[in-house]
Amino acid sequence: MQLRSILHAHRSFSTGDLMVGLGLAALLYLGIQLSTGAPDRFAGPEVNLSPAALPYYALRSLSRMAAAYLLSLSFSLVYGYVAAKNRRAQTILLPLLDILQSIPILSFMPVVVLALVSFLPRGLGVELGSILLIFTSQAWNLTFAFYHGLIIVPKEMREAASIFRLNWWLQFKALEVPFATIGLVWNSMMSWAGGWFFLMAAEQFTLGDKDFRLLGLGSYLKTAAEQGNISALIWGLGAMVAVILLLDQFVWQPILAWADKFKLQTVSASEPPRSWVLDVLSRSWLVERFHAKAIAPLGEAIDRRLVGMVNEGSSSVRRRRGSILGAISTILLIALLAAVIYGGTRAVSLMTTLGWREWLEILSGAVATWLRVLVALFLALAWTLPLGVAIGTNQRLANRVMPVVQVVASVPATALFPILLWLLINVAGGLNFASILLMLLGTQWYLLFNIIAGSMAIPQDLRYTTDNLAIQGWERWRSFTLPALFPYLITGMITATGGAWNASVVSEYVRFATKTESTLGLGSLISQATADANFALLLASTLTMVGIVVVVNRLLWRRLYNLAEERFRWD
Amino acid sequence: MQNLKISGDRVLLQLNRVSKYYGQPESRILILDSISFGIKEGEFAALLGHSGSGKSTLLRIVTGLTAPSTGQVLYRNQVLKGINPHASLVFQSFALYPWFTALENVELALKVKGLPLPQRRQRALELLDMVGLDGFEDAYPRELSGGMRQKVGFARALAVEPELLCMDEPFSSLDVLSAETLRGELMELWLGRKLPTKAILMVTHNIEEAVLLADRAIVLSKNPGRVIADFPIPLSYPRERKSRGFTAIVDRIYRIITQGAPALAIPELAEEAPLPHAAIDTVTGLVERVAAGVGREDLYRLAAELQMEVDDLLPVTGAAERLGLGRVEEGDFVLSPLGLEFAAAEVLVRKELLRPTIAQDLFIQRIVQALEAAEDHSLPEELFLEALYKGFSEEEARAQLETAVDWGRYAELFTYDRDSRELYIEQG
Repeated sequence: MQLRSILHAHRSFSTGDLMVGLGLAALLYLGIQLSTGAPDRFAGPEVNLSPAALPYYALRSLSRMAAAYLLSLSFSLVYGYVAAKNRRAQTILLPLLDILQSIPILSFMPVVVLALVSFLPRGLGVELGSILLIFTSQAWNLTFAFYHGLIIVPKEMREAASIFRLNWWLQFKALEVPFATIGLVWNSMMSWAGGWFFLMAAEQFTLGDKDFRLLGLGSYLKTAAEQGNISALIWGLGAMVAVILLLDQFVWQPILAWADKFKLQTVSASEPPRSWVLDVLSRSWLVERFHAKAIAPLGEAIDRRLVGMVNEGSSSVRRRRGSILGAISTILLIALLAAVIYGGTRAVSLMTTLGWREWLEILSGAVATWLRVLVALFLALAWTLPLGVAIGTNQRLANRVMPVVQVVASVPATALFPILLWLLINVAGGLNFASILLMLLGTQWYLLFNIIAGSMAIPQDLRYTTDNLAIQGWERWRSFTLPALFPYLITGMITATGGAWNASVVSEYVRFATKTESTLGLGSLISQATADANFALLLASTLTMVGIVVVVNRLLWRRLYNLAEERFRWD
Repeated sequence: MQNLKISGDRVLLQLNRVSKYYGQPESRILILDSISFGIKEGEFAALLGHSGSGKSTLLRIVTGLTAPSTGQVLYRNQVLKGINPHASLVFQSFALYPWFTALENVELALKVKGLPLPQRRQRALELLDMVGLDGFEDAYPRELSGGMRQKVGFARALAVEPELLCMDEPFSSLDVLSAETLRGELMELWLGRKLPTKAILMVTHNIEEAVLLADRAIVLSKNPGRVIADFPIPLSYPRERKSRGFTAIVDRIYRIITQGAPALAIPELAEEAPLPHAAIDTVTGLVERVAAGVGREDLYRLAAELQMEVDDLLPVTGAAERLGLGRVEEGDFVLSPLGLEFAAAEVLVRKELLRPTIAQDLFIQRIVQALEAAEDHSLPEELFLEALYKGFSEEEARAQLETAVDWGRYAELFTYDRDSRELYIEQG
């Protein structure tokens, strides 16, 4: 729904986009400046392949995810709030968010990690890098969800808040956050699922002689694959699935059941979501005491302080405070603008040092990666279309297949990547295959779930009519199924291609056991340039990748999406 | 300015020439036009009017949710700025927060006053008890019936101990029986002086409800809202719907609302067949040209001779057809007897010939009816465009109205003032 409302605006390119592009270039330039101080060699941690070590590793992985998620949530609350409340900020924040959500975040990983370890102790730098990376994969859709929630609060509810003189804090706590909760919960689940992909990538990350691996499930799987230790691989994957399933049972299902009370419906649903964990918790004496003795008084104290604080001060004081804040924000904005323009021009001038050879390399790399993305997309379509339509139209098949599909889909593709490498690294062109397979693994589920949803949404009477006309075979696909699925296919493909570009960064240039392998591609250029400290090339290839994805998004996907919205909707 | 004279300490609220516009300055629409009245302590005033009379907007101005465009709102002789701290509002849709229980919804209103938790809880329980929700404190709104939800709405509104209780159609989302029960309970509290409230201002479109509860009726006209009647309802409580006094007042208000202010129905123009885009002058030219021959002419020949595309000629023949001057037959345009007579007549006679056909055109008729119903027989073009937007694009709506104005002017049915952008019927 967020994607839909954001994409719906017919916006092509603006000066805002140029500023965001310059800003990204400036940011990269800053990273590069920092990276020059990074040490040449980096020793990785010892990974213990004994299954007994797995709980500890799982805990390490989980804590990174949790830290990144909390960061994302806090970020989205602040950013979404400011974007919804401040008209001036909105004009900058929304386009920025639109670009941030569409760029392939992994292309920034090499430079971000390198920059962080150059001035932080190794452990801290790499940990922070992984958390930042996961954060950038989780924050944007959460932010959109919160922003969207804020702007659709019903008018009379807002009026009630004004009439009863709720200040900004009480409005935030009693009206705005509760109203946005359902959207936040669903998007949290999506963010969390997507975050695993990036966590695994970060935990396995190496650059030439620099080993940035982190102790966790990702590095466990990679080490197991490198050593060809099949039992450890099975243990590792088992642990991964177990963690995901346990989280679902003990965190997401209870939260989903609890969040049901935030639905705006006026009558009780016949079958509200339930969670046995929530039932147990809500009956627990301990939890109740904890709430009564700690949570409630704490909330009360916060409310008292914030209510008092805001009610104090006359309007003239507030106005003066407002104008001071306005002046500060203007100064900050100008400073930021200056920094962006300075960094951006420095970045551009650094790129002018590149010769035509390097540009040719970037161009051919871009074509190669683009082709891989297309192949992966078509392979994914080839099997998800028939299966998705079959599942979507056959309830009995759906009941049998869906639980399995959901578990398989929950395993992040990057967790399986070491296994692919192990199988393919010694085959000629193996990395090329592995890269396409990683893209496929990472993207096919978006397509499958969208196709299932799409074919379930086809009105029954239309399906009967088509049966009645005895339209069969290819004609049926061409004139009925594909047009009916079109909006869902487009939505699935937008997400899928974004994921595929990300996958190229970690799959085209790899270090497996003692060997470093690479294949032609933009992703491999980015990694290689970072490893060789060829910063001009790094900058140019990263910006090229971001540029390609953003331009294709705007010129192709967005148009198709608008077409889908206009012509292929049931309502 | 006569209302400024009402002063003294018993006046709570005073509106002075309050007006409200919506929209941009160049195309603004007047919602409320110079409203003046006061509310005194002890009064229960009902604000009546059709939908579209701006009565809910007026209530939002009184409570400070919306600022008036011009004029001022005085509360106890102080100019009101921002939210009215002495007023509270009961909403048509209840506007309860579904994630809070009944008790928590009421407590929220008390929290702002900075009361500590035990007192807050105590007070909220008392309020719920007062409105008869004892035992439902911990129920969520979705578990309550509509009537019970509105009781929570009342308890919450009363929690801030408002001097002026405002109610926006408080009973109209309830079923008939719940509404009747809740009205009775409200009156029991109000007449028994059990409410902390000194005056009530209720917006309603239900005349019987107003006469049943209020001791004063303020009636607003429609488009824009003006006070067209303001009088006391001097019946004793409890009131009997069947009594002669009751029905007399209901009838009086009914008459005021339906006749006193001519109801302005914005015509549903988009429902009529769209006018072909051709000015009468152009149609006249076509008719004269064809009459100069044998009264029948091939369309392609006509188009070639007039240096037009056939596609551009079709609206003109369409208009001629709609005006009864001729019709298209087998690729020819054929004049009707009226068309032949028209071609032969002088200018003033031509007008007389076409006038009945234009006046009977349903599209034109709707415009004329709307203008006749309007005060001083004039209406802004905005209103008609608004009606046309329902069926046409903006460009097409403008073109439709332009053609209608051309025809209406020709037949001297109505005309258009470019400066004020109003359609009007010339008087006399």
